[in-house]
Amino acid sequence: MFILKLVLKNTLRHKLRTILTILGISIAVMSFGFLRTIVTAWSAGVESSAANRMIVRHSVSFIFPLPYAYRERISRIPGVTMVSYANWFGGVYKDPADFKNFFPRVAVDAETYFEMYPEFTLPPDQLATFKQERSSCIVGEKIARELGFKIGDAIPIEGDIYPGRWDFVVRGIYKGKDASTDETQMLFHWNYLNERIKELQPGREGNVGWYILRVQNPREMPAIARTVDQEYLNSRAGTKTETEKEFQQSFVSMSSAIIRSLEVVSFIIIGIIMLVLANTIVMAARERTTEYAVLKTIGFSSWHIAGLISGESLLIAGIGGALGLGLTFPVAAGFANMFPTFFPVFNVATLTIFLAALVAAFAGVVAALFPTIRALRMTIADGLRAIG
Amino acid sequence: MKIPFTYIWRSLWARRLTTALTLGGIALVAFVFAAVLMLSHGVEETLIATGSNDNAIVLRKSANSELVSQIDRDGANILKTFPEVATLPNGKPFASTEVYVIINLSKKGSNDMGNVSVRGISPEALQLRPQVTLLEGRWFTFGTQEILIGKNIAQQFQKCELGREIRFGDASWKIVGYFDGHGTAFDSEIWGDVEQMGAAFGRPVFSSATFRLTSPEAFEAAKLRIQQDPRLASMELKRERDYYEEQSKLMSGFIRILGLVVTVIFSIGAMIGAMITMYAAVANRTVEIGTMRALGFKRRSVLGAFLIESILLSLVGGAIGIALASLMSFIRISTTNFGTFSELAFGFTLAPSVIISTLLFAVLMGIAGGFLPAVRASRLSILNALRSA
Repeated sequence: MFILKLVLKNTLRHKLRTILTILGISIAVMSFGFLRTIVTAWSAGVESSAANRMIVRHSVSFIFPLPYAYRERISRIPGVTMVSYANWFGGVYKDPADFKNFFPRVAVDAETYFEMYPEFTLPPDQLATFKQERSSCIVGEKIARELGFKIGDAIPIEGDIYPGRWDFVVRGIYKGKDASTDETQMLFHWNYLNERIKELQPGREGNVGWYILRVQNPREMPAIARTVDQEYLNSRAGTKTETEKEFQQSFVSMSSAIIRSLEVVSFIIIGIIMLVLANTIVMAARERTTEYAVLKTIGFSSWHIAGLISGESLLIAGIGGALGLGLTFPVAAGFANMFPTFFPVFNVATLTIFLAALVAAFAGVVAALFPTIRALRMTIADGLRAIG
Repeated sequence: MKIPFTYIWRSLWARRLTTALTLGGIALVAFVFAAVLMLSHGVEETLIATGSNDNAIVLRKSANSELVSQIDRDGANILKTFPEVATLPNGKPFASTEVYVIINLSKKGSNDMGNVSVRGISPEALQLRPQVTLLEGRWFTFGTQEILIGKNIAQQFQKCELGREIRFGDASWKIVGYFDGHGTAFDSEIWGDVEQMGAAFGRPVFSSATFRLTSPEAFEAAKLRIQQDPRLASMELKRERDYYEEQSKLMSGFIRILGLVVTVIFSIGAMIGAMITMYAAVANRTVEIGTMRALGFKRRSVLGAFLIESILLSLVGGAIGIALASLMSFIRISTTNFGTFSELAFGFTLAPSVIISTLLFAVLMGIAGGFLPAVRASRLSILNALRSA
């Protein structure tokens, strides 16, 4: 009890220094949490993928389409309960240099897509109007809010993969079922795309970018993947079938070098936290060398001294860490507001909170290590002789 | 009167451990700051070096990359007759019509999938791009299904051994050699015959056409000629260098924004570390400061001395950070370029501007961390300071 009181008193001796240290640590812990949030945001698509969906795409790469004719045969494969399809449209909206204007534009099968993705929730009347109107589109709530799209607005897109100017009328705004759903997409009729392409570039019609399958039993997925890929092995357009999770993961792993660099930086931040804290603790311990010698003289063991030093270190680290974690949430929210389309989903994960707390505690222990060892080794005579 | 520099220097040295810890913090921040800038420069440099000012590239209007561009054969043929297109000694137009697609290959070690660019070229392409040289094996023969693999792809991806056949498109391709693009984006490509590639991928149209200008100034005339020809209404001409530079914008911008936002935030942590050190320095030297003031040094001199001490600390930290970062220039990263969605190898480039920005940033940290403590030092009253002993 006495030791705890002394730790508290010691911590408050240099109020300014303690406050600065806490501030420094909290900012570093917050940066750590923020960086981890970026890393998790990268793989948000993997986390939110459904266990019962599979993706079929061209075996060479995603830029090659699959014939629409595959649809019938794929839907007859046992275990497959539903088939939908989509096509990446690309295009340019307003100034492409502004990150804000980049959002995914995808041509989908109006009849099945929203049934396949129940996490995209849409009022039934909006869905009904969308299905009836060929050149209409549905936008995610996040981009609707950000770019000011309202129902009835026309969105002009300059085509690149599919040339020409395209105008889509907003007929619905979808919301995500939970925070991990991507609310930044624009979805429109594949039929509309197909018709216009038939006129503009005959021969290019009748293709889809990828098929989405819903399967009855996730355990059958490997077998279904084999069946589909075997079926088209010798076709002009071979297929690669994988679970939605694997499909999303393959996109994440394309940027694995960037993700690794971010992880390295997060380790460097841990280093900075430790240096700032260690500096303060070393200073405090040096100034109090004589006191420690006095404490030892009147009968306190070396372990009491060790407790004093690491207690102070852990206290400062604890307060700094808690403050830093508290700051992570508003900073992450602020970043998500500033760059809404940078990452479709940007939330602080529970694991991030645990890791940040762990880092703060670890820094508290490590920072106290060096001065503690010094205090343990010190003889009373040397301690009394020391000048701060 | 100014306080001698030796005093400042010795003060730092007297408290070695604290100085070292503070230096460490600043050096780490400077390291990350410099590395981020080097990486973003690396992307730009790689792509700028890829394009030449002597060449021009034709794409479909509003297509920002070859991947989404298409130009028909008739249009390409008209283009080759332009007077701005240089001619080769054999009388042929100095132009290469190309097909550009991407294929998936697995990386060595991790099995991660990468998007590798495959470029079908015309025979003239080799002279159009003299920066590309043969590294191993032999050039492919036009009219056959042979390919040459870029240096980076050969190093990074599986199944790229010489003599091996790999399947993509509608055919099996024999790897007959490796080429060296000398640090350009071509290092991350696979090359083959345009006609063979077009047939295998079922592409009757070209993705782009690149030609040598009779002179760099002929560009404007060629651009105007395209705009005025109704048969070429869907085409757009760009200087090859500008085109490749554009491809770097998204990626280098992304690295810079993300990296600097994060670095600036956590630099505040290190700045506060410097502030703690400087406050402690002031507290420990109260008597010294009192003595100096009694000797006749002005408040301004004391302020200056502490500020210089802090700036010196951060400058050395910055220099250590840059030194560490310069080691990164031996590392090359191969990852997907967001701008083109294909694999690109690039390094950390230590440009002079990176060194200057990093040192400036370090000095800024030193001033921000040292200013308040220095003000406190200069405000001490002579009497109280001398009495505090």
